[in-house]
Amino acid sequence: MIPEIGHFALIIGFSLSLVLATVPAWGAWRRNSRAMALAPGLAVGMLVFVSISFICLCVAFLQDDFSVKVVASNSNSLLPPIYKFSAVWGNHEGSLLLWALILSFWTAAVALFSSQLPLLMLSRVLSVMGVIGVGFLSFMLLTSNPFARLLPGTPADGNDLNPLLQDPGLIIHPPLLYMGYVGFSVAFAFAIAALLGGRLDASWARWSRPWTNVAWAFLTLGIMLGSWWAYYELGWGGWWFWDPVENASFMPWLAGTALIHSLAATEKRGLFKSWTVLLAIFAFSLSLLGTFLVRSGVLTSVHAFATDPARGLFILIFLAFVVGGSLTLYALRAPAVSSRVSFEWVSRESLILCNNVVFLVATLTVLFGTLFPLIMDALGAGKYSVGPPYFNAVFVPLMALLVPFMGLGPVSRWKRDSTRRWQSELAIPTVVALLCGLTLPLLHAQYNVWVALAVALSAWLLLGLLRDLWHRVRGAASLTAGLRRITPSYWGMFVAHLGFAACVTGVVATSQYNIEHDLKMTPGDTEVIAGYEFHFVELVPARGPNFVADEARFEVTRNGEVVAQLAPQKRRYLASGQVMTEAAIDDGLFRDLFVAMGEPIGQDGAWAMRLHYKPMVRWMWLGAIMMALGAFTTVLDKRYRRMRSAVSAQAGEALHGT
Amino acid sequence: MMTRALYLILLLLVPATALAVIETYEFSDPELELRYRQLSLELRCPKCQNQNIADSNAPISQDLRKLLYQQLEAGADDEEILDYMVARYGEFVRYRPRYDGVTAVLWLAPVFLLLAGIVLALMTLRSRRKNALQPSGLSMADEEELRSLLDKTEKRS
Amino acid sequence: MAPRLKLFLPLLIFAVMAIFLFRGLSLDPQALPSALIDQPLPEFSLPVLGQERLIQRQDIVGEAALLNVWATWCVSCRVEHPYLVQIGAGGIPIYGINYKDEDAAAQRWLTELGDPYRANIVDREGTLGLDLGVYGAPETYLVDANGVIRYRHVGVVDERVWLTILQPLYQQLKVEVVPGGVDG
Repeated sequence: MIPEIGHFALIIGFSLSLVLATVPAWGAWRRNSRAMALAPGLAVGMLVFVSISFICLCVAFLQDDFSVKVVASNSNSLLPPIYKFSAVWGNHEGSLLLWALILSFWTAAVALFSSQLPLLMLSRVLSVMGVIGVGFLSFMLLTSNPFARLLPGTPADGNDLNPLLQDPGLIIHPPLLYMGYVGFSVAFAFAIAALLGGRLDASWARWSRPWTNVAWAFLTLGIMLGSWWAYYELGWGGWWFWDPVENASFMPWLAGTALIHSLAATEKRGLFKSWTVLLAIFAFSLSLLGTFLVRSGVLTSVHAFATDPARGLFILIFLAFVVGGSLTLYALRAPAVSSRVSFEWVSRESLILCNNVVFLVATLTVLFGTLFPLIMDALGAGKYSVGPPYFNAVFVPLMALLVPFMGLGPVSRWKRDSTRRWQSELAIPTVVALLCGLTLPLLHAQYNVWVALAVALSAWLLLGLLRDLWHRVRGAASLTAGLRRITPSYWGMFVAHLGFAACVTGVVATSQYNIEHDLKMTPGDTEVIAGYEFHFVELVPARGPNFVADEARFEVTRNGEVVAQLAPQKRRYLASGQVMTEAAIDDGLFRDLFVAMGEPIGQDGAWAMRLHYKPMVRWMWLGAIMMALGAFTTVLDKRYRRMRSAVSAQAGEALHGT
Repeated sequence: MMTRALYLILLLLVPATALAVIETYEFSDPELELRYRQLSLELRCPKCQNQNIADSNAPISQDLRKLLYQQLEAGADDEEILDYMVARYGEFVRYRPRYDGVTAVLWLAPVFLLLAGIVLALMTLRSRRKNALQPSGLSMADEEELRSLLDKTEKRS
Repeated sequence: MAPRLKLFLPLLIFAVMAIFLFRGLSLDPQALPSALIDQPLPEFSLPVLGQERLIQRQDIVGEAALLNVWATWCVSCRVEHPYLVQIGAGGIPIYGINYKDEDAAAQRWLTELGDPYRANIVDREGTLGLDLGVYGAPETYLVDANGVIRYRHVGVVDERVWLTILQPLYQQLKVEVVPGGVDG
């Protein structure tokens, strides 16, 4: 019964999205305010019914209703309840429903939080989001119904959730990621609405910014969680593999980073309007492309859902319609002549321009590398593989190119600045940064030139930011008064850039300094890495709710003091018989100690073990969290709330004027 | 229907190949062990869902790792080993595509894109600056006042 | 007009990409064609299953033949075996490569399920497999009269595969003129 309700609710949700996609848009075209005014109601209605549908699917999972196909394929009666819940999106159909749910959230949010937006604009924005809803909901109803049943022949029990997914990571990683992907649809919708309206001005940028920043923040968190999850779950200590599915999430992030900076320039100075619109279209297109790549079977990936090319075709057609349509609209409606706004070579605008160029080049590079095997195969030129060696070789230099400019950015002025001023501002930071670069790596056993470079650049970034902060605070009566003067917008930028510096430092330090030992160990053995003694104490059997395991107990000491007790496991899941390694990690701010079990060797309790020493690896993820926090903070800025009164006065004008 | 079932089966097989694999080869020279690690990250498991032979548990990966170990101990250099693998499994097995006429487009694309980006940026900068030099319709005094006003508001925001 | 035209560039690039993606839907990214197509069969010298002698490359070369890589631990091999027996009964020369397997188990298997093979090469360590680029059983190679590998099929050989792919190719190889005038 419940699956049927869910299915029915989904159909109603689809119908509402269809109406939302068409009627308000028509109303905007014909200036029919009654039609336009339907949009917010429709958006909320869509949210209600898609939510009902989602809840029904959750109930089916939690109640072990194995007559529903996805429940039978992905769940099991022995599965802990929290994983029964997250198994809802641990499969193709369920994850699509999650996508649709999140889309409905964002659409309703835009409807509810945009009372100051002119109805003309709002109706267009919501209609565009309705179109996207139509695409996903119809995709589900026609090809990937989450409520498909196995009747008759309902199995007694399910296949169990893939053990790799039985982890807290699954609970938050996809929802956060989808919040990001779908969030870019808001920027996209605003861009399309602006193009449709024929008026591309700074107010469009101001409306888009908070939504875009929040979407970017979520995507940052989603990617960071994915990386962290792979690190501790997969058991080999890696945290990024440039896998097509990982790239599918990274590309919108790269384009999104260019977008948030470009929006700043457009809002502040009315510049780069054409570029910003294109970036908004580009970022969301990459989200959709990601959906295609992951679900069509076109690229090989450990992360890909099990889907078939028929579904891929549906998504491709939808992609062609949305992206092709929006790019055509862009070509026809975007300003062909750039604004008369000017700026000097030495100015914040030109730094933002550099930023845009680098991120765009990075995005296109990753895109090309990801699609290269496909292109070669399609051209009959043979089977190629493009993996981490390639991506690391091309991506790292690009990012390195970026960081010096980031140091200048916050310190720079709009429109016109001078290199002399930069020199005087940044002289001390530069010197200190170089000193840091020369000395800090010495704290570690070996000196490494890449780490030195990364430390120097990050220090430069940090010091430049502090210097600028000091300027802003200086004029005030006291330190606290000065700090209180700083807007959330500025704090957000400050924290986010700092986060980036931390991330870069973490990545470089861990790549260069990490030490891995693979060796055979018997209980009683000790191995020393970077001053840490890993002592293999004993091997014991262990049990979990749905698995049995061999557990290896380790004691790690340093200078005679016990630093950590680690207990990695080799698990065998009862329902599926799958064997999985569960690594044990001792995390610290400045280093991680990582132990994973391989295979048993011989009969006397000897096992192949992997021991890692990973310095600074947490900085990468903490940096990402800081970036996200920074982006969230910017949204609290008063100017977005002040907009309410100022813009609503113009709203009446705009409605009748356009 | 058959393909769907096949894909489902493949998906179930994935975790078996996505496990940590830890080999314990003894190398006569630590330099060889370093090269072993490097190369095992560059060689792709021909059978898995996008994994290198270092991380894959598949039998073919184990065989390839053993082969790699033997070749390294036998004194072959990196290029020879890669050529040996490619001769048997095709270019597919290299995660770092070799640089030749065909893959040049892949390796040079980032360079060209960057150059194109720089050219675009310079053109934009030049045209913007030209706008600045053109009269904006304000008198010199007004321009100055406007500029100082803008600078002041800039500092505050 | 020119500035407006520039704005169509993103659309153009997208269109090209979409065409490739569409093409990609009908391709199989997992399918790996053999790197040894049109290359000679590698040299080898390995024992024959159930016999005291060794078998070498020249013993196989001389007529168009199938080379089937199989093992008792391979589930799909069991599925394809009956059909192979059928093909073998039709007079088609099939040589087996018993890949990383155990002699006793292999012998039992053949006694139980039938033996379509002219001879079975015992590749205990998988060295011949590595030289051939084998990455998982079952695989079937088509070798011409000159000992050149002409095709590789990965996976089960069933009726459809045989009739649509392998048999036509085999017929073609059989009637090919062999330089040196050796009869096929």
